Amino acid sequence: MSVTYIDAIREAQETLLREDPRVFLYGQDIATFGGAFKATKGLAEEFPNRVFDAPISEDAMIGLAVGAAIEGMRPIVEMQFADFSSLAFNQIINQAATHFYRTGMPIPLTVRLPSGGTPGSGPFHSQSMEGIYAHYPGLVVLTPATVSDAYHMLIDGVKLDDPVIFCEHKFLYRWLKSKSINGDHLPIGQARIIRPGKHATVVAYSAMVHEAVRAADRLAQDGWEIEVVDLRSVKPLDLDTILASVARTGRLLAVGEAFPWGGVTAEVVSRVSEEGFHLLDAPPQRLNARDTPVPYHPKLWAAHRPTPESICEALRKLLTF
Amino acid sequence: MLKARILENKLSSLYKAGKIVGGVYLGRGQEAVSAALGTALIQGTDFFAPLIRDQAGRTAFGEPLIDCTRTYLGSVEGPMRGRDGNIHRGRPQVGMPAMISHLGAQVPVIAGMLFAKRLQGTLGGRVGATCIGDGATSTGAFHEGLNLAAVENLPLVVVIGNNQFAYSTPNHRQFACADLVDKARGYGVAGHSVDGTDLLATASVITEAVAKARDGCGPQLVVARLLRLSGHGEHDDGAYVPPEIRGGHFGRDCIEVAMRQLVENSIASVDEILGWQEQFAEEVQRAVAQAQQEQAPDPYQEDWTALATRFPLTLIPENPAP
Repeated sequence: MSVTYIDAIREAQETLLREDPRVFLYGQDIATFGGAFKATKGLAEEFPNRVFDAPISEDAMIGLAVGAAIEGMRPIVEMQFADFSSLAFNQIINQAATHFYRTGMPIPLTVRLPSGGTPGSGPFHSQSMEGIYAHYPGLVVLTPATVSDAYHMLIDGVKLDDPVIFCEHKFLYRWLKSKSINGDHLPIGQARIIRPGKHATVVAYSAMVHEAVRAADRLAQDGWEIEVVDLRSVKPLDLDTILASVARTGRLLAVGEAFPWGGVTAEVVSRVSEEGFHLLDAPPQRLNARDTPVPYHPKLWAAHRPTPESICEALRKLLTF
Repeated sequence: MLKARILENKLSSLYKAGKIVGGVYLGRGQEAVSAALGTALIQGTDFFAPLIRDQAGRTAFGEPLIDCTRTYLGSVEGPMRGRDGNIHRGRPQVGMPAMISHLGAQVPVIAGMLFAKRLQGTLGGRVGATCIGDGATSTGAFHEGLNLAAVENLPLVVVIGNNQFAYSTPNHRQFACADLVDKARGYGVAGHSVDGTDLLATASVITEAVAKARDGCGPQLVVARLLRLSGHGEHDDGAYVPPEIRGGHFGRDCIEVAMRQLVENSIASVDEILGWQEQFAEEVQRAVAQAQQEQAPDPYQEDWTALATRFPLTLIPENPAP
């Protein structure tokens, strides 16, 4: 019996609905239909009047969630694709994210963003928005890479009093399986050393953790021991774990699936350069997607995002600097 | 509405004397509409998201004057503690959320507050209301919010103060329908039209709209025609408003109309109104004086965090997996 990443997300929502009467689900096609990815399958039947179909109004969906949070609820809003959250951008970054700072009243809402690329999804169903949201004060931005994290971080995230952007990777939905939903269950804000090593550190998050581990497996055949850090949450960013790893290895490669200008990998590299420059034996490196929209064709898509091959190549350069 | 006018006249003077940093945005000419809404709502039960020209509605809904003067004058004691200013203030914990500058954005927020009460089983006869201008009807937020409220059949009242200019942009560059109230039909909500310079007419129409929402008739859209009798903010002289509009029917002052109506209908005497003026001027003076004596926010005392959660978290909450 195995549990997939999307099973974990569904289970987490089921647990939350069962345990917390303040929780409700709101999103397009999520009630009887169970969601475009079936992340809410059966929940509308199990929890009558707690799971609602929304009109195709991303801005108003978050506006409604903010209002409901003001009145004591804990809404979970499903964006059908992370890409469409651009239509809710105003309510997320100006209404939800500023509310606690301005008024002292927290807004505990969670926005689930089916993120990242899959073959054939193209420019508008493949985006990684974590860097955009992390830029704005007042949001917690989570990027689980494992089945257990998908479960525990969604539950822990909904329990936070702040607005949470929950970036779940679509490629991992059914591809990633685990024997159990239980993992080491770290608190939100703490990164995990997912693979220990001593020659270089790869900092990754979400689906790129798995690509980085594959790259590390390949390099192990040549005797290189690569440490892989799974950020888990990109905001807050666990700089302590990153710096401790870089202190061990002296080399840093930050890998992300988002576009290359700015973003999470740039933040990691700049913070390590700022606070751990003395730990580095080589210039810190970044590897991201290419600076074009995410292409449709699987061949183009596979060459657009970092792959085990491109991560290996970047690591070889880093290791031989 | 009289108290709001006196307060806003004072704010204008303070701004011109350089005592207020940032903008000052007045509801001059729109007090009848705003006050009528604030009065029709029940404080402590209903929800009200005021916008930029709603001093009168805020006062009628129970916002103390000191919230206004503290926010404009930057007192750390105010509801926004210097973190936000002027009309961007509220007390969401008592049903009055703080507006953001992005127009139309409060429509779905009020809808969400009502939606929460329905889920909690405590909606009862509660109503939520918000005000917007003619310009905001062009936003996606207004469209999405009103449509969503209609789909959910929420007791939401949206009052459009059509003051004929969105900042400087006249109605004919803003929308192409004959009358904004025509939009109500498209959303499947009730529409009401009124002359916003006429207090008695406005109070009657808005009271009816609020009562209908309270009775479960779904969202109500009220369009009040009027004219803003000042610039967009006090930095703006409103020179783009043509003299024929200024001198026309909607250029009349709703406060003067209201006073006449009160006297003619023997609701209040001239002496009583003069007495109110004196009393309100004193209240305003006290609120200004108190806010001026209070401390400004201290950057060194700020915690400079936008999150309620204090990271790093050390304790893991109990989440038994299934």
